[in-house]
Amino acid sequence: MTQVLRIEGLRVQSASGDVLVHDVDLELARGEVLGLIGESGAGKSTIGLAALTYARPGCRIVGGRVLLGGTDLRGLDAAGRRGVRGARVAYVAQSAAAAFNPAMSLLNQVCEGPVRHGLMSRAQARERAVEAFRALDLPDPHRFGERYPHQVSGGQLQRAMAAMAISCQPDVLVLDEPTTALDVTTQIEVLAHLKKLIALYGTAALYISHDLAVVAQIADRIIVLRHGKIVETGPTQAILTSPKTEYARALVAERKAAELGVKTRERDRADTVLTVEDVTVSYGRRDVVRSAQFTIARGEIVAVVGESGSGKTTLAYAICGLVAARAGCISFEGAPLAPHYTRRTREELRRIQLVFQLPDVALNPRHSVGLIVGRPAAFYFGMKGPDLKVRVAELLVSVGLDPSIANRYPGQLSGGQKQRVCIARALAAKPDLIVCDEVTSALDPLVGEEILKLLRRLQEDLAVAYLFITHDLGTVRRVAHRVVVMLDGSIVAQGAVADIFDRPGHPYFARLMASAPQMRPGWLEEVLKGRAGSQGDTSIARSGTGSHLLE
Amino acid sequence: MGRLNWRGSMSRLLVQRAGLGLLTLVAISALLFFGTNMLPGDVAAALLGQQATPEALHNIREALGLNQPAWWRYLRWLSGVLHGDFGVSLASGRSVAGALMPRLGNTLVLALLAGVISVPLAVGLGVASAMREGGIFDRLTSILSLMSISVPEFFIGYVLVVVFAANLGWLPSLAMINPGMSLGERLAAITLPVMTLVLVVLAHMLRMTRSSLLSVMSTPYIEMAFLKGLNRSTVVLRHALPNAAAPIIAVIALNLGYLVVGVVVVEVVFVYPGAGQLMVDSVAKRDLPLVQACGLVFAATYVGLNTIADMVAILVNPRLKIPR
Repeated sequence: MTQVLRIEGLRVQSASGDVLVHDVDLELARGEVLGLIGESGAGKSTIGLAALTYARPGCRIVGGRVLLGGTDLRGLDAAGRRGVRGARVAYVAQSAAAAFNPAMSLLNQVCEGPVRHGLMSRAQARERAVEAFRALDLPDPHRFGERYPHQVSGGQLQRAMAAMAISCQPDVLVLDEPTTALDVTTQIEVLAHLKKLIALYGTAALYISHDLAVVAQIADRIIVLRHGKIVETGPTQAILTSPKTEYARALVAERKAAELGVKTRERDRADTVLTVEDVTVSYGRRDVVRSAQFTIARGEIVAVVGESGSGKTTLAYAICGLVAARAGCISFEGAPLAPHYTRRTREELRRIQLVFQLPDVALNPRHSVGLIVGRPAAFYFGMKGPDLKVRVAELLVSVGLDPSIANRYPGQLSGGQKQRVCIARALAAKPDLIVCDEVTSALDPLVGEEILKLLRRLQEDLAVAYLFITHDLGTVRRVAHRVVVMLDGSIVAQGAVADIFDRPGHPYFARLMASAPQMRPGWLEEVLKGRAGSQGDTSIARSGTGSHLLE
Repeated sequence: MGRLNWRGSMSRLLVQRAGLGLLTLVAISALLFFGTNMLPGDVAAALLGQQATPEALHNIREALGLNQPAWWRYLRWLSGVLHGDFGVSLASGRSVAGALMPRLGNTLVLALLAGVISVPLAVGLGVASAMREGGIFDRLTSILSLMSISVPEFFIGYVLVVVFAANLGWLPSLAMINPGMSLGERLAAITLPVMTLVLVVLAHMLRMTRSSLLSVMSTPYIEMAFLKGLNRSTVVLRHALPNAAAPIIAVIALNLGYLVVGVVVVEVVFVYPGAGQLMVDSVAKRDLPLVQACGLVFAATYVGLNTIADMVAILVNPRLKIPR
């Protein structure tokens, strides 16, 4: 195989002198897909961008060579580098919604590259764009490009960006978490299309992801990165089945745990804590949650799963009283709660606590951890002075933090530590129910796993119930006793986790299950084959996009 | 079909905006009328001066309708205005419109010249300093624009007079113009006031252009444009500027409004026969109809320009222009 891209001794520094990427070497052959995997801060994107000799503001490539077909790109002048960007090495960003200019039509943005690089006339570029739209199964390929970014769905936009990236027929594609921002059912379509595109144009690709299962579907080889250094490198199969380093083993084990789950028994559900009866929540004239109905028993973990826009977070907010339900009744231990939190008693408020998705935003950066965690204890129980200090220390220990952290500020903590502080704050109120809104989705997989373990341990120790909002079935399998499945604002299935995963009562849940990536290479093809066989299945997807993938 | 709906919702939005503008104007007219009526001093007394006998005062009040209740006078005045009749100047007895129009023309010439020079200059300099963020050019414009923002306009005016009229002697310090002057003489006369106005409004627009552009320049789609291999000027002009336009347009409108309204001080400094100076004189003479008319014209200019800016902002926003 001929080598296309070769990076030697790459070193990237931040403005403050921190080394973000330490002497990384990699090579890429024509038609090969190389997976870059690691947690946030591992330097994946930085390496990907360095392949275009681009460094984000505040970063600088300080050492090494980036050889494209034998020429060192770092030796080129600014115009020479511009000539390579987009034309010979192209980039696909994580969020297509953010990476497309909202004020330009898609076609203009797709054709801009080849026209400005002087590779094609406008008409030729247009023709090729339509061809790419067709290859990517975008609806009405001749007119698709007339639309603006906000007029198409997230999955379509991500495919349009792939079309933009291959518009100049580059030698190398840098795919930076191209499916991370998508729902699982959409992710699978985009993934299949990217794979098809790479095969069709024989392009080499760097595929950046934090999700081992996704990379396993598309990469020939994998590089595992941590703190800007290469930890392990090898063929995909070898990394998945026999990782040599401890870090890679931990990554693989975390993914396996998500696939297998933890065996949970159905608990005794006699003692009901929360009852949601016929609850409807509307924003304006639109019903976001329709006639939701379920119960949570004492000490039970109930997961609400659904894709973005399914109304799961709104349902959680209605339970906490942050948005008022339009109709129906939410009752706590048999007593009905007022729809809005301002009309609930302090005791009612105390017993339901909420942990948010983004710990960065949920903690006041100007308050010390001690103040943040101590506040509910002071507010609900009137604690102060040394008592309060002791209680805060106790809470911090219970979430696995050092009590000395009480004097620090959120800005000095890592993401996982911040989420632990949020959990400690919820526990400080001694609640009976904690609503967890996607508490691990902003965290790296290994950190998220630790948080899930913590939550389970606390549930066993304190017999507190959880309502777990998530889009990730792996999370459900690992923590929940029961699961409630939402689709377009309605609950379409619910039951004990063991039952529902064995016998998904609703085709949508079956589809969700089938879409959650598994680490086995070849899994993607199996799913797509299975899907093509039963076309009826695909009609369940709201958008119906990409229902004829491999025709 | 979607497009038809769009036209409908779009024109509804625009009509709404225009209606709001009109409502604002009516509210301002009321404020103006009752506000000027609360001014200390009495027109009748001011007109008669030394010869103010109670009887004469009574007669003149009767003649001017000053004895009627204020709300009745307001409604009469408003309906007159709506028919294009601004009333009669109390001081001169001539029609207000006749006194105001030539002065307003002078003011508009001044404002127009300042606008035509300052808007392209401000946007151009703003784009240029955003493109060279942190460079010497950027820092220099930043310092100079900060200086001109923080100094009052009459001071800028006097500084220009000292430099160009007193020291260098290139330009006249007074901007008096009269019908007998040639175009060249007129232009020379108003150069200093125009320069003052340009300096005053330039900085706001320049800084808004720069900061609005820079905030767009840090978005992912701009990074994407660079990663597509586009050069800097293409990225700035094609990708960033259209997205940064809305706040820039708003500030331009605000400043154009200021050019017409805020010109008062500059006109006084340069003794320029514009509407601003007319208003100042009329206040001194207690000539209420003239003050009210000036106020209303200024308010209409301000509200009108801002309403137009809102409408343009709606029209250039692709999310509003082309719905899902």
